[in-house]
Amino acid sequence: MRHFDYARAGSAQQAVAAHGSDREVSFLAGGTTLLDLVKLDVMQPHKIVDINGVALDKIERLDDGRLRIGAMVTNTALARDQRVVDDYAVLSQALLAGASTQLRNKATTGGNVMQRVRCPYFRDGVSDCNKREPGSGCAAIGGVNRSVHAVLGTSDDCIASHPSDMCVAMIAIGATVEVQGPEGAREIDFADFHLLPGDTPAREHALEPGELITHVILDAPLEGSRSAYLKLRDRQSYQFALASSAVIVQMDGNTIREARVAMGGVGTKPWRAPEVEAALKGRPASEKLFAEAAKLAFENAIAYAHNGYKIPLGQQAIVRNLSDLTAA
Amino acid sequence: MSDNEKKSEKKSGDKRHIIGAGVPRIDGPDKLSGRANYAADNLPSNLAYGYGVFSTVASGKISKLSVDEARKMPGVIDIFHHGHFPTLYHTPSSFADGNKVEETRLPFEDERVYYEGQFVALVVADTFENARAAARRVKVTYSTDKAVANLDQGVEANGTQAGSGNHDRGDAPSAFDGAATTIDATYRTPVETHNPMEMHASTAWWDNGDLTIFDASQGVVVARNALSKIFAMPPERITVHAPYIGSGFGGKLWTWPHAIATAAASRELGRPVQVVVPRQQMFTTVGHRPETRQRLRLATDANGKLVSLRHEAINTTSYTDQYVETCGSVTKSLYSCPNLTVSHETTQVNRGTPTSMRAPGAAPGLFALESAIDEMALAVGADPVQFRLDNYAERDESKDLDFSSNHIVEATKQGAERFGWADRIPDIGSMKEGREIVGYGMAACNWEALKMACDARVSIRADGTAFASCATQDIGTGTYTIVAQAVSDVTGIALDKITVKLGDSSYPDGPVSGGSWATATTLPAIAGAARKALSEMKGYATGSNGAFSGASGDDLEVADGGLRNADGKQVSFADILAAGRYGSADGEAHTDGADSKYSYRSFGAHFVEVRWDPGISHLRVARVVSAIDVGKVINETTARNQVEGAVVMGIGMGLFEATEYDERNARPVNNDYAEYVVPVHADQPDVDVILLDYPDLAFNEYGARGIGEIGITGLAAAVANAVHHATGKRIRELPITLDKLMDDVPRAKTA
Ligand SMILES: Cc1cc2nc3c(=O)[nH]c(=O)nc-3n(C[C@H](O)[C@H](O)[C@H](O)COP(=O)(O)OP(=O)(O)OC[C@H]3O[C@@H](n4cnc5c(N)ncnc54)[C@H](O)[C@@H]3O)c2cc1C
Ligand code: SF4
Repeated sequence: MRHFDYARAGSAQQAVAAHGSDREVSFLAGGTTLLDLVKLDVMQPHKIVDINGVALDKIERLDDGRLRIGAMVTNTALARDQRVVDDYAVLSQALLAGASTQLRNKATTGGNVMQRVRCPYFRDGVSDCNKREPGSGCAAIGGVNRSVHAVLGTSDDCIASHPSDMCVAMIAIGATVEVQGPEGAREIDFADFHLLPGDTPAREHALEPGELITHVILDAPLEGSRSAYLKLRDRQSYQFALASSAVIVQMDGNTIREARVAMGGVGTKPWRAPEVEAALKGRPASEKLFAEAAKLAFENAIAYAHNGYKIPLGQQAIVRNLSDLTAA
Repeated sequence: MSDNEKKSEKKSGDKRHIIGAGVPRIDGPDKLSGRANYAADNLPSNLAYGYGVFSTVASGKISKLSVDEARKMPGVIDIFHHGHFPTLYHTPSSFADGNKVEETRLPFEDERVYYEGQFVALVVADTFENARAAARRVKVTYSTDKAVANLDQGVEANGTQAGSGNHDRGDAPSAFDGAATTIDATYRTPVETHNPMEMHASTAWWDNGDLTIFDASQGVVVARNALSKIFAMPPERITVHAPYIGSGFGGKLWTWPHAIATAAASRELGRPVQVVVPRQQMFTTVGHRPETRQRLRLATDANGKLVSLRHEAINTTSYTDQYVETCGSVTKSLYSCPNLTVSHETTQVNRGTPTSMRAPGAAPGLFALESAIDEMALAVGADPVQFRLDNYAERDESKDLDFSSNHIVEATKQGAERFGWADRIPDIGSMKEGREIVGYGMAACNWEALKMACDARVSIRADGTAFASCATQDIGTGTYTIVAQAVSDVTGIALDKITVKLGDSSYPDGPVSGGSWATATTLPAIAGAARKALSEMKGYATGSNGAFSGASGDDLEVADGGLRNADGKQVSFADILAAGRYGSADGEAHTDGADSKYSYRSFGAHFVEVRWDPGISHLRVARVVSAIDVGKVINETTARNQVEGAVVMGIGMGLFEATEYDERNARPVNNDYAEYVVPVHADQPDVDVILLDYPDLAFNEYGARGIGEIGITGLAAAVANAVHHATGKRIRELPITLDKLMDDVPRAKTA
């Protein structure tokens, strides 16, 4: 660990002011990503702005039916919130499928959106890694890439999968990220928040230096919809997704009026699959339909040495989730 | 095989009912309340903290090591490395002489790098954080050689070296060639890393030239003796403490480089030093279960009897030491077979020196053997249980000795019965429940019963309490508790009045806690010492001023913390001692290692139900029944716990565990608790343990053979066999991850 300055912010304004537009400053929320990576010397902020004192820990229903979640609401609190349980089951389930109880008690909504990849070559601090050391190369492409590397949205410069479960549910639901920064407040569509690695894998999200996430606002729930999160992994708890699906369906008898499908574990960002949604829309539910639709999500998938299985596994995650939801 | 059951053997229920009782651990409250002091809990005043600098290449030489920037960091006291370290000496590393280490190369011995994660420097600072921060500022450059990253690369680059533990009888090749049915298959097991909760840690200080070290050690006496050689000083001047260990699984049997470096740094600096090995380096510099490749060739005659069996294993070892994983150790004697060859070879790779991990040899070996036996049974069209019953050995054909006690037939039959093996429909994939396909599999388990020499001391004290000491350890298995049970058994003193001290090399020499021999080794010595203390007590009682003056000691029996004669007169130990103004009645005893009159082994069988959901490629172990014959069970609770824990570890071995190395540079990649997958609570199946509990009185007076390791042997094979039954896929390479069971997995497009 390096020595760093430490400031405590009592409000979002203070946090933004204390941060400035310096890239080498980090906000400290739950610390479950940040402190881990600082101890590994992978993140090296020279200043940390503690935002645990900012009052961003409320969940409120807006007049237009949307749900506004403070950036400091913990993953546990969000998963257990009755409005979330009732209207956004997929989000509650995704949160509870993540990490462990202790971690969820610390982890926050803003921090979860901002969590870093689990690629071991990124975390080891020595291997070639374009994310950590732009231009150095990507050790994962020719290395071990079974569990935490993607098959969708990869580039020749980075193939790390986005680790979050929460974000997969959010991108399926539809959401807006509210931020405050040195230049004032603005909103970012959740779908535009996380960036594909392309040839700039060090740039992971749409925040400008010094911008603070203050809230995530979930779109109003789809009328009469059902939703669920299905996470597939080696062991049955406490592991990042090998493949997961967040599915929301609105049924009309046996016909799918509307479907929203997103995937985790397989993409370099929380992965919405509009082509699957389009294939499902207006069609009668059947296993055959689900299989055909799920296949579409992986038409452009690229298999690496050890993760080709994610292509069929990701489809299975979608198909099973759909068949359970439409049978219910 | 009831003819093998000696007439003298009876199911327990003898008068020593404290022996066998499921009494709770006496060290439980200390552990729960945080009073138990583990190695890194010792914080002597003026303590300095060491943090390692670890090589980032797996093979090569340090060409430059610069400490300039690091030395200027806050709190730094000194930085040791190959150019700045005191002269230390090699230990002969003899198991027999009790000074073994696994990695014989001394820390910082030269500029060579043999594996990634090797200590190349040790920064000592005033706080842990300062030491770690400065360690990151030590600049090391290497001239790097091409690393040998795995077994296949090792065989290609270095060939193989002959190992030990080989065996040959009859003529296996000819018998194979002429046999009715044969199989020939190769099995592979990956490196597994010991991942106890407590990482390796040492806290050391010197006082007038005497070394005291608290080390996370499974063997304080051997650690002391090895350090005595390494520091060239008499063992009497070294005390190694390990009162509590946050588990070891074999990884803490021997002294590793960090402990040596800690002691040396403390001497150089004249103040206490503590080093905790970071989790990442738990994967590099403190041993691991090596990778194996095992070829099994089996043949049966027309009646399904084994006529030829060859088990040829290669394991990876380091460039500095040869570690042999004796995969065929069980193969020699589990089945009856006149023509049999077991051979072990090693190949050098750029990894640290391997070491024992729970059931070394047998755990990977029985994965291969018991998978092959399953394949053989299917090849001859036999039920896997019946095939084993037809082929189990009646005596140890490798040693030409009878087994002291062998109830594998009963274990297999009881396990099958409890599990419901009779309901198994043999056709692959034929048992379905909802979306899941159910698979049943089984395997035998087996472990050699070992016993070492041991000393122990027991005192009955003026206040009527007892004190027992022995320089063995409780590594979380319950040794404190069973020692107290043995003292109570002999003296009649209640458990809550017995203090047990272990894990201190200044106590009477006790065994390393490994090989499942701690119980069989320690209890007879403890009982002997307790009997001597009791006899001294009786001497006081029957002496001139004694309460039973003039009586014979033989007429007195222990009763409720005292002695009683035939007339019912009862006097407490405290009163007997007070009457003669004696401080205590003491006894010391020495017991020897096992004799070679019999082949002493433990036996059992595992039955496993797996569930495979092909729609989501999900495999889980749903149910395990393990029937285990380990002789007398001393403590029902801790014994059951050992088997349950071993079964869980076996599930990890079967489904999850593998340290993955980058084949380009031998770097261990998944070196943390998140990415090295071990089972969690959600993976726990229903585990039903049957303890047969036949005392093996030829082995020792308690008839106990030890129970720490047998439970993991065979378990991974039982899983693999169940997976085959469910899916038709024979997975010969552990772990059985879901991708190995999926069909039509797209391959990477080669660039
Ligand atoms: C062992 C382990 C297992 C895990 N398993 C899972 C899993 O299965 N599924 C899953 O989804 N996650 C998992 N996680 C990740 C976990 O969910 C994240 O670490 C957590 O959500 C991060 O939140 P935090 O509040 O602790 O963030 P912090 O660590 O405090 O911050 C993370 C990053 O976000 C920045 N940041 C924090 N808040 C804001 C804000 N309001 N505005 C702008 N920037 C901000 C910080 O500067 C930092 O860069 C796991 C983590 C660990 C350590
Ligand atoms: S996959 Fe991305 S994070 Fe991993 S090594 Fe490559 S560039 Fe770095």
